[in-house]
Amino acid sequence: MVLGVGVVGGAGAIGRFLLDGFVGARARSKFPYGTLVVNLSGAFVLGVLVGAAVGQGAYRIAGTGLIGAFTTFSTWALESHRLGEDGELSLGFANFAVSLLAGIAAAWAGQHVGAWL
Amino acid sequence: MRLDRRELAAIFAGGFVGAVARAELAQAVPYTVGSWPWATFAVNISGAFLLGYFTTRLQERLPVSAYRRPLLGTGFCGAYTTFSTMQIELLRMLDANLIGLALGYALASIAAGFGAVALATNVVRRVGVRA
Repeated sequence: MVLGVGVVGGAGAIGRFLLDGFVGARARSKFPYGTLVVNLSGAFVLGVLVGAAVGQGAYRIAGTGLIGAFTTFSTWALESHRLGEDGELSLGFANFAVSLLAGIAAAWAGQHVGAWL
Repeated sequence: MRLDRRELAAIFAGGFVGAVARAELAQAVPYTVGSWPWATFAVNISGAFLLGYFTTRLQERLPVSAYRRPLLGTGFCGAYTTFSTMQIELLRMLDANLIGLALGYALASIAAGFGAVALATNVVRRVGVRA
């Protein structure tokens, strides 16, 4: 189980790196859209797993391991802080607020989709 | 996008360790609806501190290295901390009508996460000036 969590965790981190780079290169914005897309899509998928009531073992691997590692709190906090340091404090606050509210909405939507599946 | 295999390997290694550490802590400190999600809160705040520390040191203090940031930042800190589990915990609190707890958890996570990055950044910069 530990090995499984580690392997999918490593894969989740690579997936985050690739999606973040892909979105960030296209957005060309100070606002960290890459992390936002990663975190919202991950919150949605984790919601689906919760809604579908997958078993404990499957949740540990796919939920805690893969999606947990795919999404990130530390980069979210770091990017908000750096926006503030660059004189974009309101963008930093917006980054916190938008991710938080849209993240709960994404998890909620995912849960309903998962329950329907 | 040009992919660097060694960079991806560093991210994988960091992500492996980070995810295992978080999953073990989540197993040791299980979350029940209505209580404070200590496991997630602890990894997120300590991970934000570490990312602030590593990023500032690597950008401003140490010679440029291609693999430290992917290993420690993108890999370890990114996978050790989690956004999605926090959102599910918030959703469960809201579903259980624990509005105050959800609001407190969300605001405390954001304030402490931001504060941890700011503190780590200052620690690195102060030590660097003295040296």
